[in-house]
Amino acid sequence: MGGSAANKPKLIIDGKRVDGRSFGQMRQIKITASVLKNADGSAFIEWGNNKILAAVYGPKEATPKHLSDPMKAIIKCRYMMAPFSSLADHGRTGPNRRATEISKVIKEVFENCVVLTEYPGSQIEVYIEILQGDGGTRAAGLTAAAVAMASAGIQMKDIPYAVSVGRIDEHLAIDFNMIEDNYSDSDMPIAISPRNNDIVLLQMDGGLTKEQFMRSIKMAIDAGKTITDLQKRALREVYAKDEINGE
Amino acid sequence: MSAFDSVKSGYIKELLAKGIREDGRGLFSYRDIKIIPNVIENAEGSAQADLGGTRVLAGTKVILGEPMHDLPNQGSFSVSAELLPLAHAEYETGPPSPAAIELARVVDRGIRAGNCIDLESLFLEEGKVWSIYVDLYILNYAGNLFDASALAAMAAIMTTRVPKYEDGKEVREDRSRKLKINNVVTTSTFGKIGNTILLDLDENEDNASDARITVATDDDTIRASQKGLRGSFSLKEIDMMLDKTFEKRKELKSKLEHMK
Repeated sequence: MGGSAANKPKLIIDGKRVDGRSFGQMRQIKITASVLKNADGSAFIEWGNNKILAAVYGPKEATPKHLSDPMKAIIKCRYMMAPFSSLADHGRTGPNRRATEISKVIKEVFENCVVLTEYPGSQIEVYIEILQGDGGTRAAGLTAAAVAMASAGIQMKDIPYAVSVGRIDEHLAIDFNMIEDNYSDSDMPIAISPRNNDIVLLQMDGGLTKEQFMRSIKMAIDAGKTITDLQKRALREVYAKDEINGE
Repeated sequence: MSAFDSVKSGYIKELLAKGIREDGRGLFSYRDIKIIPNVIENAEGSAQADLGGTRVLAGTKVILGEPMHDLPNQGSFSVSAELLPLAHAEYETGPPSPAAIELARVVDRGIRAGNCIDLESLFLEEGKVWSIYVDLYILNYAGNLFDASALAAMAAIMTTRVPKYEDGKEVREDRSRKLKINNVVTTSTFGKIGNTILLDLDENEDNASDARITVATDDDTIRASQKGLRGSFSLKEIDMMLDKTFEKRKELKSKLEHMK
């Protein structure tokens, strides 16, 4: 969304998408857990050309004091794009309105999935740094942050994942890259809690019929099995390494 | 949330478990909607929207500007929102909160994705376009800021007049030209309290709710949507709310019909 219609490139060539994928095919995803020494939990995700680091600090004492909740933990989340992360411009540093909104909706996902009442009076910090962005950064960032949260040993009801589904002409397609993202007819990032397939994050703009809207969510759920497997594998690999090292 | 608020939330939940809302409304009924156009003469467009006790004032300014570099042949617009400290005891002075930014961006997306403003009609000459600034002033908060703000913004845009542009200069006194509108988008915002889904939450219901979803549509197409808060929705619940949104569309649109 957002690109000009005038110089819109052809997004579908011979029934394939610009990078040769089919409509239901995601990009390659690789997740590595526990990549940062200082953080309590962390993950690096390479999702297509996206390169994203996520880290979790906490639970620790909530600051400032007035934000502290004696009944449960509070979540703080910062999603940020590095100034060098996009092909086009030098991004200005500091949170902009887009990043502020994304940080808020991701924070709300972790308020759902973390067992907050286990950590009264504390805060859990989630940092998502987009080092290189190529479309779908919030979905990839959230997916990585969920692994970071689990690798921090924080109690969770579930490990959420996210993916975007969009529309190009009459076709719905999963996991848009940047070009598709810029020139598509609609875009819908969705995060799902896999234990019951409940929707914990949903944003959308463009144009969809009700039928397309519902089908988009179902496509995200279908893609979820692959993403969930990759998240779990990343976490298992950490412990497998620990065993070899005798820890 | 204060201790009083959490007691109040408990009461709201108890009532809802019996299928009752505090003000006696049906689960999918709006409070009274009233929109007054052209309340600020100096602005190029304006409207005040009352949704029950929630009051939002929207003003538009049409300012000479440069086009976005990737869209050289059209004007631009942006939506901002201020949760004014006079609107609620808990609103504070300071830079826009994440809640205000989210509100503004959700309203913006519905209007943008619905192509409501004919942006090409705002092109003047190479490197010069009209930029439209829509500012949402929350004057009184009594729940459901999203639908009240979307109505106020849409109404203000529909009343907007574009200054004259002549020989490379703007003539701000001459505002005889109406802004060209292509589409009218309305939004419905639902909340979930316990397992009950309801429309147009008032302040106490807002406080008690776990999840929120806003759906912006025109007559047949969903233009934007945003889920908020920590709760979740099932596929079935979303399906139902999309149907309700289209059901409510007529009522909301009729409130905007006389705007000019």
